[in-house]
Amino acid sequence: MSEKKLVVYLMAGAETPELAAAAVAGGADLLELGFPFSDPLAEGPIIRRASERALAAGMRTRPCLEMLARTRELLPETPLVPMTYAAILEAYGYDRFVAEARTAGATSFILVDIPAEQHPELRRVQLIAPTSTDERIRLAAERTDGWLYVVSLTGTTGARDEVSSQLGGLANRARSLAPHVPLYAGFGISTPEHAQRVAELVDGVVVGSRAVQVAETGGPDALREYVATLRDALDATTGAPIAAA
Amino acid sequence: MSTTTDTAGLYGAYGGRYVPETLIPALDELGAGWREARADDSFRAELDALLTSYAGRPTPLTPSTRFAPGKRLYLKREDLLHTGAHKLNNALGQAVLARRLGKHRIVAETGAGQHGVAAATVCAKFGLECVVYMGEEDIRRQQPNVERMGLLGAEVRPVDFGTKTLKEATSEAIRDWITNVETTHYLIGSCVGPAPYPEIVRELQAVIGREAREQILAAEGRLPEAVVACVGGGSNAIGMFAGFLDDEEVRLVGVEAAGAASLGTGRQGVLHGARSSILADEDGQIADAHSISAGLDYPGVGPEHAYLRDTGRAEYIPCTDDEALAAFQRLCETEGIIPALEPSHALARAAELDAELVVVCLSGRGDKDLAEAIAHLRRER
Repeated sequence: MSEKKLVVYLMAGAETPELAAAAVAGGADLLELGFPFSDPLAEGPIIRRASERALAAGMRTRPCLEMLARTRELLPETPLVPMTYAAILEAYGYDRFVAEARTAGATSFILVDIPAEQHPELRRVQLIAPTSTDERIRLAAERTDGWLYVVSLTGTTGARDEVSSQLGGLANRARSLAPHVPLYAGFGISTPEHAQRVAELVDGVVVGSRAVQVAETGGPDALREYVATLRDALDATTGAPIAAA
Repeated sequence: MSTTTDTAGLYGAYGGRYVPETLIPALDELGAGWREARADDSFRAELDALLTSYAGRPTPLTPSTRFAPGKRLYLKREDLLHTGAHKLNNALGQAVLARRLGKHRIVAETGAGQHGVAAATVCAKFGLECVVYMGEEDIRRQQPNVERMGLLGAEVRPVDFGTKTLKEATSEAIRDWITNVETTHYLIGSCVGPAPYPEIVRELQAVIGREAREQILAAEGRLPEAVVACVGGGSNAIGMFAGFLDDEEVRLVGVEAAGAASLGTGRQGVLHGARSSILADEDGQIADAHSISAGLDYPGVGPEHAYLRDTGRAEYIPCTDDEALAAFQRLCETEGIIPALEPSHALARAAELDAELVVVCLSGRGDKDLAEAIAHLRRER
């Protein structure tokens, strides 16, 4: 079994705790829990529409925090990371949001539209992209909380046919600039084949849009099966972990 | 008084950059390119030549004689600019800048279609590829501008989700930019968005205020008591205000659509990459705006306006759809000028302002609004 990490993104909803448990049963190591925002600039159509539906179903900040707490009850050990946008924290209060999310069981945060140089006091998983300069990769690595989120392509979230050709170069750059920080790549990764190819380059794989889609249409059972196919693909990856977590 | 931004692009607590990491290097590059261009006389000379020989600057300052009896009301005639609105000032400047940055593809958002037409125009002129995102609701109510963009060679991409208006079109334009950032310049249409956009757009529109100040001094030998402009994102207003900011005795009056009063009824929040005063609920989720005027139908506003409101230097007041329509009709009948619905909001408030000598920014002409305005006016009869 490889040490490659599998990260699954789920959009907040009433059924999220059960879906999260199913994803972990399928082999997910870490869960990103999307707190929906009305105008999510980094999202492609699948997660944008999931956000719209979640908001229509009442998943505002407080219900999202309650969802997080229920998920934590079901999964006492799994890292749970809320992923959201600055607007939510602006309205709720940065300190209050962080404190209440930590109490509810958040392990860290991913804030898609808050660049690394802003809010340095807010410890979170930083993101790097193919356009990031070396200087920015160094800053993100310095400030990140545990691992770096490697945005594998210039674009929004959503499944693609092929693994991004931009990922290899970015992963190499990040590796040489921050040799000890684990790299988990996301955006555009949806199939076991993708996951395996990406895992040859980095330490972990993030799957979002396709997981959201599978959860929506097939519920917990389908999600568990889908995640298990990704897990198998990662476990088939040759090579030892590249960075020490 | 100055509101010059520091490197973080802040206006008091407003502005900044709230965008995905992918765009940060592009914003840095844009900021550096902008600073170099501003320091380069050849940039200014090229832009000035285009503004004169292509756009038709300076635009006149027209005394209105019958629209507002008892007042000395002047109209800054951005409606006479090529393409029919002030938007071209910004589009020309950003196109010259985009070429300096080596970008050959332009992406833009549009509400009323005036910025889309301006973007399509400069792209045709400079041989740049042009993609304009526009909400389906706006495509319906601004059909002539959709056709203009097509003639000018731009691709108009309909946005069929959410509000189907300017807010969604802006989000989609930014998503396109994220995807194509290496080749593409995002030609934002108003003084909104992440730094350095609010500053760039303000500086490119400041020509309105500079000319208006000179012209009113030449005509009246004194400064106006007030300058008035409509505010959606706020670019014509910030351009007009820029000419009078240091004249503390001149009131700066922004007029918002009553159903889209980001400054009047909004709260601090983040939208489209900047912190400003936003129509949002207590959770920070963006609320729908409503205006008869597609150009004002936007739940955000430029961060500098939020700052000018908080400092008290500018005041912002609302105007309803019906009041704007009445002013639209009155300007047609009393001055022989068909204004766009957007500046009709400014006209309505200017006419009743407690001031005698007033300059209004007539930011665009009304051809694009005829079908919408006539339908509403008939309904009222």
